[in-house]
Amino acid sequence: MEIDVVALSRLQFALTAMYHFIFVPLTLGLSILLAIMETTYVMTGRAIWRQMTKFWGTLFGINFVLGVATGLTMEFQFGMNWSYYSHYVGDIFGAPLAIEGLMAFFLEATFVGLFFFGWDRLSKLQHLAATWAVALGTNLSALWILIANGWMQHPVGAAFNPQTMRMEVTNFYEVLFNTVAQAKFVHTVSAGYVAASLFVLGVSAWYLLKGRHVDLAKRSMAVAASFGLLSSLSVVVLGDESGYSASEHQKMKLAVMEGMWRTEKAPAGFAVFGIPDQEKRETRYAIHVPYVLGLIATRSLTQEVPGIENLVDQAKLDIAKGIKAYDALMTIRAAKGQNIADATKNAFEDNGRYLGYAYLLKRYVEDPRKATPQMIEKAAWDTVPTVWPMFWSFRIMVGLGFFFILLTAIFFYLASTGGLERHRWLLRLAVWTIALPWVAIELGWFVAEYGRQPWAVEGVLPTAIAVSHLGIWEVAITMAGFVTFYTVLLIIEMKLMVKAIKAGPQTDMAADGSARGRIQTVPAE
Amino acid sequence: MILFELIDYGTLKVIWWVLLGVLLIGLAVTDGFDMGVATLLPFVAKTDVERRVAINTIGPVWEGNQVWLILGGGAIFAAWPPLYAVSFSGFYLAMFVVLAALILRPVGFKYRSKRPDTKWRRNWDIALFVGGFVPALIFGVAVGNVLQGVPFRLTEDLRPIYEGSFFGLLNPFALLCGLLSVAMLVMHGGAWLAVKSGGIVAERGRRYGSYAALASIALFALNGVFLWLAVKGYRIVDGVTPNMPSNPLLKTVTRDGASWFANYSTYPWMTIAPALGFAGAAGAFIGLRGRSELVTFLFSKLSVFGIISTVGLSMFPIILPSSIDPKSSLTVWDSASSHATLFNMLVATVIFLPIVLAYTAWVYRVLWGKVDERMIQREEHTMY
Repeated sequence: MEIDVVALSRLQFALTAMYHFIFVPLTLGLSILLAIMETTYVMTGRAIWRQMTKFWGTLFGINFVLGVATGLTMEFQFGMNWSYYSHYVGDIFGAPLAIEGLMAFFLEATFVGLFFFGWDRLSKLQHLAATWAVALGTNLSALWILIANGWMQHPVGAAFNPQTMRMEVTNFYEVLFNTVAQAKFVHTVSAGYVAASLFVLGVSAWYLLKGRHVDLAKRSMAVAASFGLLSSLSVVVLGDESGYSASEHQKMKLAVMEGMWRTEKAPAGFAVFGIPDQEKRETRYAIHVPYVLGLIATRSLTQEVPGIENLVDQAKLDIAKGIKAYDALMTIRAAKGQNIADATKNAFEDNGRYLGYAYLLKRYVEDPRKATPQMIEKAAWDTVPTVWPMFWSFRIMVGLGFFFILLTAIFFYLASTGGLERHRWLLRLAVWTIALPWVAIELGWFVAEYGRQPWAVEGVLPTAIAVSHLGIWEVAITMAGFVTFYTVLLIIEMKLMVKAIKAGPQTDMAADGSARGRIQTVPAE
Repeated sequence: MILFELIDYGTLKVIWWVLLGVLLIGLAVTDGFDMGVATLLPFVAKTDVERRVAINTIGPVWEGNQVWLILGGGAIFAAWPPLYAVSFSGFYLAMFVVLAALILRPVGFKYRSKRPDTKWRRNWDIALFVGGFVPALIFGVAVGNVLQGVPFRLTEDLRPIYEGSFFGLLNPFALLCGLLSVAMLVMHGGAWLAVKSGGIVAERGRRYGSYAALASIALFALNGVFLWLAVKGYRIVDGVTPNMPSNPLLKTVTRDGASWFANYSTYPWMTIAPALGFAGAAGAFIGLRGRSELVTFLFSKLSVFGIISTVGLSMFPIILPSSIDPKSSLTVWDSASSHATLFNMLVATVIFLPIVLAYTAWVYRVLWGKVDERMIQREEHTMY
């Protein structure tokens, strides 16, 4: 890839988003775990559960602020780096972001203050309600963001308006209940739950290995293992739902994930291994498990999953329609609102939704109507993302997903039979696993977003024309700035996390409001 | 009939212009005192405990306050996409500086007291000061540039092209607006400290807050004179109707001396806004000197409300004028979202904003009471 403003802006967005998503999964999952722990405290009245809520709450807080801080950048960088995108789809894309603030983020951010500072000011039930409000707000927040993101993957309920030169909403209901968005939401929050569960599991395992805070660690592990098992099952099962949606709406993404160059006879096999070769357009040494891909992608034994070359042929047809749409658009605009011939109106009506395909040609020619067949051929091949990173990222993610199911299932069994301390190697494995959900999650985002290229909005707006009119050095400065700044913050965060974990839970003052001031020692310390 | 046609497109545009104002004022009166307190931090608090008193007055509420900023970004994106596209890509490096400063803030609150050593805490104190002062200044500088017109144009495809530079933003009038913004938020922060803290911190908060109130009055007047004498306003000549599609290139705009003051002679009631700006600051000054805390805070809010409204009303219906290609200027009539989106967003706002205001009020009530040095010592580990 050549280094230009487009490439740098993409890299900047990818980096800032991926940094942001180091913190978000833990916020998503821990908020729910905290609410579960505190609910147990309120129901049983046992002080240990309150102490657990406070301890994991401290770690939650250290992580939470960086999620908030890095999220600030996300809210503004569409306008900063992607101004044409902002103009072109703001009518649809802006609404979920605004509603996220209004409905979700206010809830989360207002009550998080009470979570930390309200222990002595609120009744037990009130405080529990505040904790649940944080969990609810956090997760609703993810819902709205994924509605926005889902629209980029599968832009429903909108049409191009030649008068305003942008996409405008035609059916808000379709945008909200976009099937892709729903599948992505469940998949993404479940992934956050897995990350938080494995975090709690790993930290607790470390305490058990050291023989510290045993009581707190065991209970935490029981919660984390059961929640983690459910969530990791949900991630994989509903990840499959994501795959199914992708096959319906983003056929190229699926074909690239599979390294499947040509349409195979239904039902297609799933390649567990292979070395994709972009030049030769083949995947070498592929080992296929028969039927699996066809089943996942089409939910049938007879429907075909189209291959890359076949989709490129389709893209050429779409580009031809896009050129017709572009031509009609130019005629409409030249008329400046005066009587437009019916033929032109019909041409735009019929082909308007392929307009984005004409924009793919802008890389090669200013006026897409003047494109040569070679340019169309090139532009059609531009719709294929590089295969090998997609192919492997997807496989590593799925492999990790299955590993998480296995690990949480084992710990669930051990927690139920009271054998958590029996196998020290398993505890060590749990400690080492802490980082792995993040690997899976970042790879998942990579597959989802890199797999969408060359589109900013699938089939509607190419990434290359969505960028702001900026100098290359401006983008370079801010990128260097953000990366340096975030890295420093990440290091500080990790150090504070480790410090807080090593320090362990505070001995709890006052098990409940009535016994304020009485020092409660924690059993089995 | 389609549901969104219940409200006329032109009316919706005006409603969203008002809501844009509500958001900016919401940001300034809530997040504004956070910025003010952070800017005052080195002045009102000398020892570590004093600093923690000041920080903990905003400790439990800054997160909620900051959502006004996030919501502001989201709402501009949703309701005024061209404004979102032009302003943030145009003020690119300035935005980067603001974001970097704002990011320091939450981290500073949360991490500062996690370690006992002095150097660690001092560094975070500096970070907090930067996180309060720099955004307060740059927001004002941005408004100052908007009033003068921003060097951007729109291509036929409505792609924004910005032709200014970062240092071009730092002109005398804009800097003066920046100072007004800082003074106003410091006054507001001082008023907050008077309400929310006890002891020496509150004492100093009152003192510096009252200086800032005087400075706000002086700077607000000075900016008005400067605007009258040296800044050419903008005026739409023709080509707009309230129900037109959102395409800024269909109109003509001209610049002349008194345009920013024209609305006040057409609609004399609008002079309430600048009057409130002055009267609120004067009230805050008297209150800060005379120790009536809540009234002071209310006056300070009124002043913030008046000053920000003055900017909006002076420019109406223009939102973002272009200095190099006036017809590209963004106005209320031609840079909004579609009719349907404005309506949908209004429904969401009407449902959720009252809920937000209700629980925010409840949370402030729960957290009611002054933070003082005794409290910090008592709750050493849970406080920031």
